[in-house]
Amino acid sequence: MLSLHGIVKRYGTYTALDGITLDVPEGKVFGLLGPNGAGKTSLIRIITRITAPDEGRVLLGGKAMGEQDDLYYGYLPEERGLYKKMKVGEQALYLAQLKGMRKEEARKRLKEWFERWDMTSWWNKKVEELSKGMAQKVQFITTVLHGPKLLILDEPFSGFDPINAELIRTEILRLRDEGTTVMLSTHNMGSVEELCDHIALIDKSRKVLDGPVHEIRRRYSTNTYRVDFTGNRVKLADAMGFTGELIDVEEGPHQSVARIKLAKGSTLNDLLRQLVHGVELHGVHEEIPRMHEIFIRVVDEHKTTPVTEGLTE
Amino acid sequence: MGKIGLIIWREFITRVRKPSFLIMTILGPVLIAGAMALIVYLGMQESNDHLVLVVDKAHLVTDKLEGSETVHFMYQYEEISDSAFKQGPYTVLVDVNEAILETNTIQLFYKDLPSISVQRKIQSELERVLEREKLRVNEVDPEIYARIKTALRVQLFDIDNTGKESYEQEKAGIGFFFGYLIFIFIFLYGVQVMRGVMEEKQSRIVEVLISSVKPFQLMMGKIIGIACVGLTQFLLWIVLSSVLITGVSAFLVKDNFDPQEVAAQGMTAEVQEQLAAQGQNVPDLEEIKIVKALVDLDLGFALGMFVFFFLGGYLLYSSLFAAVGSAVDNETDTQQFMFPITMPMIIAIFVAQMAVTNPGSPAVMWCSLIPFTSPVVMMVKVAMGSALDAPWQLFLSMFLLIATFLFTTWLAGRIYRTGILMYGKKVSWKELGKWLLYKG
Repeated sequence: MLSLHGIVKRYGTYTALDGITLDVPEGKVFGLLGPNGAGKTSLIRIITRITAPDEGRVLLGGKAMGEQDDLYYGYLPEERGLYKKMKVGEQALYLAQLKGMRKEEARKRLKEWFERWDMTSWWNKKVEELSKGMAQKVQFITTVLHGPKLLILDEPFSGFDPINAELIRTEILRLRDEGTTVMLSTHNMGSVEELCDHIALIDKSRKVLDGPVHEIRRRYSTNTYRVDFTGNRVKLADAMGFTGELIDVEEGPHQSVARIKLAKGSTLNDLLRQLVHGVELHGVHEEIPRMHEIFIRVVDEHKTTPVTEGLTE
Repeated sequence: MGKIGLIIWREFITRVRKPSFLIMTILGPVLIAGAMALIVYLGMQESNDHLVLVVDKAHLVTDKLEGSETVHFMYQYEEISDSAFKQGPYTVLVDVNEAILETNTIQLFYKDLPSISVQRKIQSELERVLEREKLRVNEVDPEIYARIKTALRVQLFDIDNTGKESYEQEKAGIGFFFGYLIFIFIFLYGVQVMRGVMEEKQSRIVEVLISSVKPFQLMMGKIIGIACVGLTQFLLWIVLSSVLITGVSAFLVKDNFDPQEVAAQGMTAEVQEQLAAQGQNVPDLEEIKIVKALVDLDLGFALGMFVFFFLGGYLLYSSLFAAVGSAVDNETDTQQFMFPITMPMIIAIFVAQMAVTNPGSPAVMWCSLIPFTSPVVMMVKVAMGSALDAPWQLFLSMFLLIATFLFTTWLAGRIYRTGILMYGKKVSWKELGKWLLYKG
């Protein structure tokens, strides 16, 4: 639905984005990851048409994005705030009207949201009287009020307490299930695994990795399995033969856990077929790397070796 | 209502609703009317009576001085000691000795310094009586003397506009007042624009806003909205001031309101004396030069020009103020950028002052053309009527002002859209230059 082609953005001699090409699939949660200063916010500002790219195109449903698409997306920036002296309700109405909503429609939907999140008493309060978490709820509502098809959230969880973060998380998933496409940037790798269907990793102005989360985790899996068994490690090693390589064993009084990396050309079935001869098996499961580990690994690799296009494909 | 209309409305309504706006709107005219009422009141009121003891050793003036409601003359022929004077009921002691006809000097002693008008009363009475005494001594017929005595009044005429007395000085004064008003308004509201931009940047709402509207729309909406606040306040001031001034003066002087009396307050001692010497009454209101100047002034034209130069100057400067507000993180960082903006305005005020006394100087001509100073300086020329002597200068000045504010708003827009998203960076002039080149 949203696709970026060869986006380049320069600030003077500094290149903030160097040929970013991305596809954000419809109705999914898309995570934009990357270390600080990688260019995530620059990219988001180009998608939201706050700045223009020096090169490249942003296409929405195959067409160039323009002013007519303002109602199409909702944007919650990382640096977000409200007019402190203005009343909550008045301000929410103002922001909705700036988005292009009609006043009465905006008022009606705001009432619904305020009731749902139990904040009707805030309507006539000034923003400066609200706590930070309360203000962030108001900001979230003003972002999604007009029912955008594309929701762009820059670090949506920064500054939220765990309860409100959970509220936002639930809301994001609900909106996705209703068909909204969500693009979010985050540092929080835990939330990536919980929320994101797709990710793209940006480092040093370039895209270094993208794809569906489950595929990426699989791609970065090291063919390592955790095997729960009873018996001793020598017998295990003997039984394994050449199907795998024993990384370590954690021996317990009743049960032990071995981490085994499959040998090239072997499958899990091959390994199990061998192991049953030596030890009593209780369970086995694959060690799939966490996004956190993948993130660190990719960024580290990127630091030492120049990136080739091939890595991302 | 378009998006820019929404922004203008918000900027306008949030400011107009503030208590400070109401206070300023009410307080402004109250202060103006109050000051005027005070002048009228103090002028009419002599706080305490004066008992003037005239020590008339030469028997020159005894019983000839005419007192007034507040000034009473008492006479005595002998010297009075300082302590006796201090203990006595007299407030002022005037020593008239025989030498006075030669020296034309008297000595006045007082307990509390009498007001200028009391001093003037004593002086003019003594002058009148002594003059008569001299006429008697020199055997001159007072009637002849009255015919001989000459009080010269100079009337000024512009050679291009004969048949009509000119009041250029007075009109220049009015023009300077207009220019000064423009100066004050540009600053007052320009700084409000800057504060507003900084508020949006500091509260971090700006990025939310510019995902819905273009930065330029946001900036212009703010500038126009605040201009509306300024014009509203100005209008309210005019209305309230006139109501108050009329009301207060009517209340103060009740039915015996005498425009002559009020008008006389503004006159110099010389004029009053001369008029008194001529045996004339004080002139009625139409005789006062400043009023004549106002009547003579093409008020419609001047007000039109005032609005034009106010808006032009305001747009020019407030866009620069907006650019400054967008570039900095807090108020203290504004200093380095404020100085170059305020400098031309200060120069404008100096040159406008010069224009009042010397409207033909080249500095005045140039500054009335340069858009950064023309709103203030040109107003003086407009009021004096000399702006139309060389219409091309006026038109060039207006054209340059429009062209320049279009340029500065464009320039400010480019700095603004980059500046509002830039945090934690100490911005230099070089940096601002770079921003102009970024692709928006």
